Amino acid sequence: MTDISASSFVRQDLVAERAAPAKTTGFIGFLRTRLLNSPGNILLTILGLLLAWYIVIPAIKFLLVDAIWTGKDRTACLAEKAGHEVGACWPYIQAKLTQLIYGFYPEAHRWRVNLTYGLGAALLLPLLMPRLPAKALNSGLFFFAFPVVAFFLLHGGGIAGFGMSWTAGLFELFEQSIGGAGDLLVNLSKSSAIAPLLWVLGKLLVLVGLLIHWLIFPLTWLRDQLQASSAPVWGDFLLTAVIVSAVLFVLGGGMRTGHRALIGSLLTFAGIAAGIKLMGLDRGGFPIVDTRLWGGLLVTLVIAITGIVASMPIGIALALGRRSTIPLIRIFSIAFIEFWRGVPLITVLFFATYMLPLFVPGNFAVDGLLRALIGVAIFTGAYMAEVIRGGLAAVARGQAEAASALGLSWWKTTSLIVLPQALRYVIPGIVNSFISLFKDTSLVSIVALFDLLGSLRASFSDPNWSTPTTAFTGFAFAGMIYFVFCFGMSRYSLFVENRLNAHRRH
Amino acid sequence: MSIAPRKPPLQFALRLKRALGGKAGWNGLAAQIAFAAILAWIAYEIVANARTNLETQHIASGFGFLNYNAGFDVNQSLIAYNNSDTYWRVFFVGLLNTILVSVIGIVLATVIGFIVALCRLSPNLLLSRIGGIYVEIVRNLPVLFQILFWYLAVLAALPAPRQSISIFNTFFLNNRGLVVPQPVTEPGLYPFVAALAVGIILALGLRHYARRALFQRGQMIRIWPYVLGCLVGLPLVSMLVFGEPLKFELPQLKGFNFAGGARIIPEFVALTVALSTYTGAFIAEIVRAGVMSVHRGQMEAGSSLGLSRAATLRLIVVPQAMRVIVPPLTSQYLNLTKNSSLAVAIGYPDLVSVFAGTAVSQTGQAIEIIAMTMGVYLLLSLTTSALMSVYGWRINRSMAA
Repeated sequence: MTDISASSFVRQDLVAERAAPAKTTGFIGFLRTRLLNSPGNILLTILGLLLAWYIVIPAIKFLLVDAIWTGKDRTACLAEKAGHEVGACWPYIQAKLTQLIYGFYPEAHRWRVNLTYGLGAALLLPLLMPRLPAKALNSGLFFFAFPVVAFFLLHGGGIAGFGMSWTAGLFELFEQSIGGAGDLLVNLSKSSAIAPLLWVLGKLLVLVGLLIHWLIFPLTWLRDQLQASSAPVWGDFLLTAVIVSAVLFVLGGGMRTGHRALIGSLLTFAGIAAGIKLMGLDRGGFPIVDTRLWGGLLVTLVIAITGIVASMPIGIALALGRRSTIPLIRIFSIAFIEFWRGVPLITVLFFATYMLPLFVPGNFAVDGLLRALIGVAIFTGAYMAEVIRGGLAAVARGQAEAASALGLSWWKTTSLIVLPQALRYVIPGIVNSFISLFKDTSLVSIVALFDLLGSLRASFSDPNWSTPTTAFTGFAFAGMIYFVFCFGMSRYSLFVENRLNAHRRH
Repeated sequence: MSIAPRKPPLQFALRLKRALGGKAGWNGLAAQIAFAAILAWIAYEIVANARTNLETQHIASGFGFLNYNAGFDVNQSLIAYNNSDTYWRVFFVGLLNTILVSVIGIVLATVIGFIVALCRLSPNLLLSRIGGIYVEIVRNLPVLFQILFWYLAVLAALPAPRQSISIFNTFFLNNRGLVVPQPVTEPGLYPFVAALAVGIILALGLRHYARRALFQRGQMIRIWPYVLGCLVGLPLVSMLVFGEPLKFELPQLKGFNFAGGARIIPEFVALTVALSTYTGAFIAEIVRAGVMSVHRGQMEAGSSLGLSRAATLRLIVVPQAMRVIVPPLTSQYLNLTKNSSLAVAIGYPDLVSVFAGTAVSQTGQAIEIIAMTMGVYLLLSLTTSALMSVYGWRINRSMAA
């Protein structure tokens, strides 16, 4: 056996340890890999730091460090008084806060606004949480009951009749319009080349009007009787409730299966009765607060909520119309959607403000806020239609085919099979259009409504608070409100999207 | 026994049904008639009411007012205008101002959008976070809010002309707007423009020739020195021969205001800045989504074919990203143009502001004027969407091939 140590190639000592590889985890590693991994990147990091430094530091200085927190009027926010460079002037916001939130809504009645905010939040929050049950009831309350209640709470006033009177009034209006058109045609026929045709058409229309008049005579007679009675609203209400419930009972399947519909209808009417009684609508309701006194966040929220609630049915109808197989309806839907999507919102608001009052009979005075609401609803409805159409296209064709193979009608296929799936797909899209609607509400300040931005702008002109930093303070405050709402909604939309795509995650 | 082909059954009734009611048949026809009746009734109501209301308000309908004298001044106009011109001219003044602010806004928004998108795509964490915060803040605030912010807060806080913020002593920023050097045309302008045009045509021709050589004979020709010569050299020669094309008149502070130079009104500055930063944030997201939509394997496949990184980007990644980017990008351009109508809030004399605003309150011809204004925007968006469908059709065709 040879001596191992004699073989010169065997190493005697251990190899020195190599240095550990550069750390790629933890804070240091993170700095190294994401910020400082190459000369170019180091330069970019320095640039980014400089940028952040020059934006963040002045912003904090303005909003917090140099800000004035207490004071009675503008003198508190002047540099001479404060003795240092003045940042945000928060006393100005304190002084204008009620105006920014309620506008000129009378102080004694602000509880009505607060109650509406509270009701809305109480109905909306459970609707947004996918875990909570009773979505149908909840959305019914939010989309149908809440707008009506909110109207009577915010605007005030009562009702003189109920279902019967309204139906009778509507039919009377229609009858008058038809009769008027007939008379016009008969008059025109005196000076026209196609006189006999016009005359016949006119007489026909007059005849139709007369027919309608006699058809609705029982209704109008009943209405007159009810109006003459001691409690017109309640009599009308009872009659409407009985008739509607009976109709629903029969439609729901009569003695066999109509009980569900009957109970639902009776419960709904009981709810409506409770609402009427609570708000005293049969006795004139709350004192009326003119919409010209509304302002600030109240108007912003009213327009946003009304816009979204009203645009949903418009959007669904237009989307279904655009996919319809009936040519006239399809063409009309396409033209309607493309027209309103092709023009800027501000011209739509001008249209609603200046042109709409010309299109309704002269004795209807359309309220300024209502005009803007109509404009916003049509405009958003057209955008909503495209969002919903995307959802309808995403529903597999087999679903509708299977439904018709089961013998469901078009209405049942659409309302029970296709629409529920389509609407689920487009919740993120709907939330996105709600975000843009919320941002677009600021445009109503151009047509002389005082929403949050309009109130803010109006408050700038108050000489009591005109300081060099007033405008910046006001924009910072309003910007935070807008940002919180919009950012919250966009996060919610992401959350829903992730939930909908849960099965695709890997 | 021959089997003569039977004649097909008469399709007349079916065809009639199809023509009248579409796929839905007779039900469709009934629905169409009912629908048409409702539409006719609504149209009748609108026309009848409008006629009575106009009569009670003593407004004569029609477009005759367009030839009347407008009688008001406009503080920015690209064409000659004074207050004795007609409403027609007011219409064109407003239209040109709208186009001006839209075009400049689109260029700036594209630049901002691409820069922010590059920041967001950058591996540098800090930079991508800053880009993300910019996008989130700007997208979540109303555009009107931003316009008013720039106009009422930032520009109003600028110093008076005497204390203007000077940039290289050529540009001056103050609360009355931005003062810039005014270009004055010199006799050398026309030869310069002609030389530039010739240069561009020559460069395009060279490119065409080089591409043909590459595709047909596989021959690579280096053309960039010649292109550079055409684009820069020719105009330079013309400048040397005929003199300068333009001279810039520098603004000078005299008394309380500037003499010389051109003043850009603050409304224009505020509107352009707000629109381009706002739309830029949306464009940044579009570009980012477009670049991220190209699969990473595409880049790897390109380099495995031996293409350089730049060539892979130029030939493989960008064309695919552009397919995703272009349609939403166009709709953002359209949005910017439509948002430029918010000029009415700060009094920049665009179409909505001078025509649908001032002219309506002066003449009361709301129906005609608002219809014309809506028509302009409608024409613009319909044209754009038609072009986009052509683009989409071509993309689909090239994808299928």
